[in-house]
Amino acid sequence: MIESGIETGMAGEKKPEGWNRPPVIVPDGEGDLLEVAMGPHHPSTHGVFRMDVALDGERVIRLKPVFGYLHRNHEKIAEGISYLGSMPFTDRLDYMCPLTNNWAYALAVEKLVGQAVPERAEYLRVILGELTRFQNHAGSIGFLTQEMGASGTPLMYAFREREKILDLFEWLTGARMMCNYMRFGGCRVDATADWLEATRKVVAGLPGFVDEFEQLLRGNEILMARTQGVGILRRELAINAGVTGPMLRASGVDYDIRKVDGYGIYNRFNFRVPLGDHGDVYDRFMIRLLEMRESLKILEQALKEIPGGPVMDPKAKIRGFRPKPGEAYGRIESPKGELGFYLISDGSPNPYRYRVRPPSLINLTILEDMVLGQNVADVVVIFGSVDIVLGEVDR
Amino acid sequence: MLGEGILKGLAETARNFVGSYFSAERLTTVQYPEQRIAPIEATRDFPFLVYDGADWEAGLRCVACQICEKECPPKCIYIEKSTDKKPDALGKPQFYPARFDIDISVCMSCQICVEVCPFEAIKMDTEFELSTTDRFGGLLYDRKELAKSNEHYHKIHPTEAAAVDAHLAGEKAKADSKAKAAVAAAAAKAAASAAPPAGGGV
Repeated sequence: MIESGIETGMAGEKKPEGWNRPPVIVPDGEGDLLEVAMGPHHPSTHGVFRMDVALDGERVIRLKPVFGYLHRNHEKIAEGISYLGSMPFTDRLDYMCPLTNNWAYALAVEKLVGQAVPERAEYLRVILGELTRFQNHAGSIGFLTQEMGASGTPLMYAFREREKILDLFEWLTGARMMCNYMRFGGCRVDATADWLEATRKVVAGLPGFVDEFEQLLRGNEILMARTQGVGILRRELAINAGVTGPMLRASGVDYDIRKVDGYGIYNRFNFRVPLGDHGDVYDRFMIRLLEMRESLKILEQALKEIPGGPVMDPKAKIRGFRPKPGEAYGRIESPKGELGFYLISDGSPNPYRYRVRPPSLINLTILEDMVLGQNVADVVVIFGSVDIVLGEVDR
Repeated sequence: MLGEGILKGLAETARNFVGSYFSAERLTTVQYPEQRIAPIEATRDFPFLVYDGADWEAGLRCVACQICEKECPPKCIYIEKSTDKKPDALGKPQFYPARFDIDISVCMSCQICVEVCPFEAIKMDTEFELSTTDRFGGLLYDRKELAKSNEHYHKIHPTEAAAVDAHLAGEKAKADSKAKAAVAAAAAKAAASAAPPAGGGV
C-alpha cells in the first residue's frame, strides 16, 4: 500500500480506515486499470450521478452507474396522500417536461376510474405535450453538443426557443416548469383565444429555428467525428433492455406509443415516426431533430382543429376522490420514452400502490453496454445522448 | 470540402450576432434588477389570505375549515381554529383562524390549496423577491404576513379576481334572497298562526 504524503485534519485525530487510499489500481495481466469516479458532481453529468469507470489507458473496461443521490421517496409519499396531491409531485420527476408527466398520471387515474375527457382538453393536452417534446429535444441536443465542447452556443439557441414555449406554459398554467395543470377528467383552466393565437404565432416561428439549428449543427465535421460510430446500441439489445423513446427508434425499431397505443387523440393526426439506422450517437441526435419537425406537424393540425367546449368534465371530482378497488397502467410517449404510471386502488382516498415506470432510468441501464471499449472522452457524449433527467431516474 | 459544415455553422452564429444589433427579436435577454419583464397575469408563487375591507383581522375570508391543511401535498399549512365565532361577509357566524401559518420554505406553489378552498379565501401571490437571512422564522409566515387585501388581488390577477368577486356577489345575493324569503316565510307563518284557522287543518 502506498502511503500518501498529504496530511489532512487535526494532528492525533483518528482517521477512518482507508482515508489515504490512492486510486485503485487493479492488476490485470497486461497492464494496470485505473478506476475513476466520474461524478456525482462532474460538470457533464446532468445532475447528481456517478459513473465508476475502470480505464485501461483511454479505453473503458467497466462502467458502473451509481444513482440515488436525488431520491425523494416519490412513490411512497404518493401512497400516503390523495390522488390529486401527487399531481404536483409528478412535475418534479422529469422537470424538463412537466406536462407530459402530468398527462401520464392523469391518464392512469382516468383509466382507473373510467373517466372520460372532453374534446377540447384532449386537444390542449396534445398541444402542450408536443410543445414539451419540442423544447425537450431542443434542450437535449443543446446539452449533447455542450458535452462535446461546444461551449454553450447551440444550448443557448435551444434555450432561446424554449423560453418562448415556457412563457406560453406560464401564461396558461401559471408556472414555467412546475405546471400542475392536468386534472383527472380534463385540464385545470381553459386556454383563452389570445393564448391560442400566441401559440400559433410561436409555432409558426419554430420551423425557422429548426432550420437554423440544423444549419448550425447537422453538417458540422467536429460533431460528426465525435458522434458517428460512437456508442452503438444494437437493435436486439435495445429491445431486450426495454429501451424506449428516441433511443430505441435511433436503433431502428419502429415503436412509438403515440402510434401503437393511440392514447388520447393521437390517431387523428398525420405524422411520421423517424427511424435511425446505426443506433449511434449521431442517429440519436438526428432522430431528435426530425422528431421536432414531426411535433410541429402535429401542433399545426391540433391548433387548426381545436374545438370549443369545456376543458373539464363537470362530473369529475376534485375533492373526496375515492376510486373503486382495481388497478390501472397509463402510459404515454414522453419525450424520453415510455412513461407509465401503475396504480392499485383499494377503495381508499390514497393509492394502495403507486409505481412510476421512468424512461430515463431504464434507458440508463444499458449505458455500460454502449461505452465498453470506447474512449473515456466519449463516455460523456454517449451519456448525454441517452437524455436523462436525474429527477426521474431517482424519483 | 472538409470544414464546410463548420463554416456554415459559423455563418449562422455571425448572422445572429450581427442581427442582435438590428433586430430586437434577436436580443432576448434583459439586465434583471434594472430592467424587468412585465409579469404574466397567471403567474403564481406563494399563497396569501384575502381580506375584504380595511381591517385585515376582521375581513379575513378564511373560516378555518382546514381543508387546505388536509389537502396540501407537502403539508406546509398549519391552522388553529378559533373557539369563538365572528360574522362573515354573509353575516353568518363562522369560526376564524386563530393561527394560520404557511412555511414557504416547504410550499411548492402547486395551487392545490386555492383549488380546494370553498370560500375563495386563499389565493396565489406573485411576489418572488423574498430572500431573507433568517431561514426558519423569516420563511414561516403567520396570518398577519399572509393577509393581503382584495385590492391587491385585483391588482395582480385582475381577470381572475373579477370572476371571484362576481361569484361571491352571486352567493351573497342568493343568501340575501334566501334570508329575505326566510323572513317573509316566518312572517307569513306568524300571520297564519295568528289568524284563526279557516276550516280544515284537523
